[in-house]
Amino acid sequence: METKNIMIVGVGGQGTLLTSRILGGIMLDAGYDVKLSEVHGMAQRGGSVVTFVRYGDKVAEPIVEEGQADVLIAFERLEALRYAHFLKKDGVLVVNDWRIDPITVVTGAAAYPENIIETLKEQHTVYAIDAMTEAKKLGNSRTFNIIVLGMAAGHMDFTKEDWLKVIERTVPPKTVEINKKAFLLGFEGQDQDLNK
Amino acid sequence: MAEKKIMLGNEAIARGAYEAGVKVSAAYPGTPSTEISENIVKYKEIYAEWSPNEKVAMEVAIGASISGVRAMASMKHVGVNVASDPLYTISYGGVNGGLVLVAADDPGLYSSQNEQDTRCVARAAIVPVLEPSDSQEAKDFTKFAFDMSEKYDTPVIVRTTTRLSHSQGLVTLEERAEVEDKVYERNAAKYVMMPGNAKGRHVYVEQRMKALAEDGCGFPVNRAEYQDTSMGFITSGIPYQYVKEVFPNASVLKLGMVHPLPKKLIQEFASRVDKLYIVEELEPVIEEQVKSWGIQAVGKEIFTIQGEYSANLLRKAVLGENPEVNAPVPVPARPPILCPGCPHRSVFSVLKKLHIHAAGDIGCYTLGAVAPLSVVDTTVCMGASISTLHGMEKAKGRDYIKNWVAVIGDSTFMHTGVNGLINMVYNQSSGTVMILDNSTTGMTGHQDHAATGKTLMGEVVPAINIYELCRAIGVKHVTEVNAFDLPELERVVKEETARDEVSVIITKSPCVLLKGNVFPYKCRPDSEKCKKCGACLRVGCPALTKNADGTISIDETMCNGCGLCMSLCKFDAISKVEA
Repeated sequence: METKNIMIVGVGGQGTLLTSRILGGIMLDAGYDVKLSEVHGMAQRGGSVVTFVRYGDKVAEPIVEEGQADVLIAFERLEALRYAHFLKKDGVLVVNDWRIDPITVVTGAAAYPENIIETLKEQHTVYAIDAMTEAKKLGNSRTFNIIVLGMAAGHMDFTKEDWLKVIERTVPPKTVEINKKAFLLGFEGQDQDLNK
Repeated sequence: MAEKKIMLGNEAIARGAYEAGVKVSAAYPGTPSTEISENIVKYKEIYAEWSPNEKVAMEVAIGASISGVRAMASMKHVGVNVASDPLYTISYGGVNGGLVLVAADDPGLYSSQNEQDTRCVARAAIVPVLEPSDSQEAKDFTKFAFDMSEKYDTPVIVRTTTRLSHSQGLVTLEERAEVEDKVYERNAAKYVMMPGNAKGRHVYVEQRMKALAEDGCGFPVNRAEYQDTSMGFITSGIPYQYVKEVFPNASVLKLGMVHPLPKKLIQEFASRVDKLYIVEELEPVIEEQVKSWGIQAVGKEIFTIQGEYSANLLRKAVLGENPEVNAPVPVPARPPILCPGCPHRSVFSVLKKLHIHAAGDIGCYTLGAVAPLSVVDTTVCMGASISTLHGMEKAKGRDYIKNWVAVIGDSTFMHTGVNGLINMVYNQSSGTVMILDNSTTGMTGHQDHAATGKTLMGEVVPAINIYELCRAIGVKHVTEVNAFDLPELERVVKEETARDEVSVIITKSPCVLLKGNVFPYKCRPDSEKCKKCGACLRVGCPALTKNADGTISIDETMCNGCGLCMSLCKFDAISKVEA
């Protein structure tokens, strides 16, 4: 199998490391060679963060480069825009339609771009969801990233059961049920644009 | 079948230490090395500690080695500078139990103040270096490092980089080797490095490195992969992966030991390929040596010294290819910032108001240099805030530093800050040192230290009291203030900076990310009362957003209810509500 490239982008503190642990787990279960590359340390303090995930028969390079991502999972829409050029021509972008202002916007040094989702759709296949609002409805706003992961899951090579199994053993024990619900919410709505 | 696990490079290094039978591990946290100790502590067979700094950690490992057990110290690249004094000399003394230093370099400066290359330190210290390329090798090479250390009577450096330390890959687990402790025998000629003894050991050190360069030609970690010989690459570490990605059919000499270099192996490889490239991040350490042997090769002529490499970087440099990709969309930058509710923001808001300059230090509070706070003027290295402030005063006189303070965190103060404070007392400084005590080592992800009352292994111990420590050194004016009590903080800063004697202000409030912290309140704006003055926005809290009409919104999922924005509002337009 040709190596598949996944990227997770977001804002430091949004829980990208948990999502990458789930991805790593499912790829290991399926017997693929897998490499994940993360950001720790200073950048995690509210900065733009990116995680690269590559899986296939044999993976060499641990990072994904411009124009190579099959799936781009974005936990915030400005970050989706920042990294959209990493997508392949036929790559899929799954984005949490949520806004977190960078400090440059808070202080007025820059403006937060308008109509990001529409702009992205001009060039890419985009699935958008306001996962934060959906997660709050579920009763735990922190599960938003699992909803987004659920939406992205259909664009990878694993079954629903595979995903649920790895979520069960990866998330904190007390949050297993709500995270499974969150995953299914995203997974079952994966080919719709839940933003509409 | 042997168990396979997906592991961070750092986790694999810890596993390697465990499997090698290590009994003692000492470290000071520093990105990208921190997770090594955080994983080692999971193995109950190993004594693991956070030492106050890297010099101490190195010496702890040296002591353990001399006593006869396998020992490891781990640290980031700049930590190796702090530990270099013992390192340079234990290179002469050698080991009893295997001794390994894991040094984590940071090409690309993800979380560091410089981009130095530990291989240069290793050459100067005359210490061999192993460099793995993935998580599996991180484990295997760490184990090999201990065998090598004992066989060649030398400390061994395992060099990792951010990309390796923070990448996960598959690792096959093995059992822990039960290594019998070596017998300690008194041997002053080896363990007492005074001139006469060190002279003799220096001769040994040179012989040892020569033997390693010879034997290294047969080490499995150094591997010639002969395929198409029109192009050959000498490489090591993570860059090996980029070479394999772009040139899967080319011949590659993969060096697992990058110091000393296996000269004969390199000469043979060079003679068998038509065109030779040397691919190494940072300094041309391999390249300069290979070229000095009269071998023709292409290296830094086409590859940069700065930053990380990638497959595309190689495609461009070697093949002249420019992969066709969309240009990035210009979007507002998102640099790292202090968290919502961070006590440092509160302290900096006062310093900003009083137009005070800060000699800064290493920690989250380095972010006080960034707009809109823009309070921190200087950052050099761990502990430097205090001594640089002292230097300014001695150069320009007392009045010059009346609008300056030194700003340092609790963990950094315990690391090497305290030495600077001793100097201020001894050499009669009049400066003010602010210790931003958030009860943890924040930036690296919340590690305990000597003043938190807990060890790496979770033991509850008496916390060193920073207030009493400063008093004991001889600082007469030490004040503790709640970091969020703005009026009191302002009063104390004015009073202490005006003083003609050295003073310390300890601002206290735990890091918002510390486990167990509860936040009973959220801040909520009232758009009716808001006068759109923007005072609350000038401290750069990421939970605040300016609305199109000039009023503000507060993201309640981000707000920790610290109340700083509320304190700064003159119109009572922000209030605390129960979360």
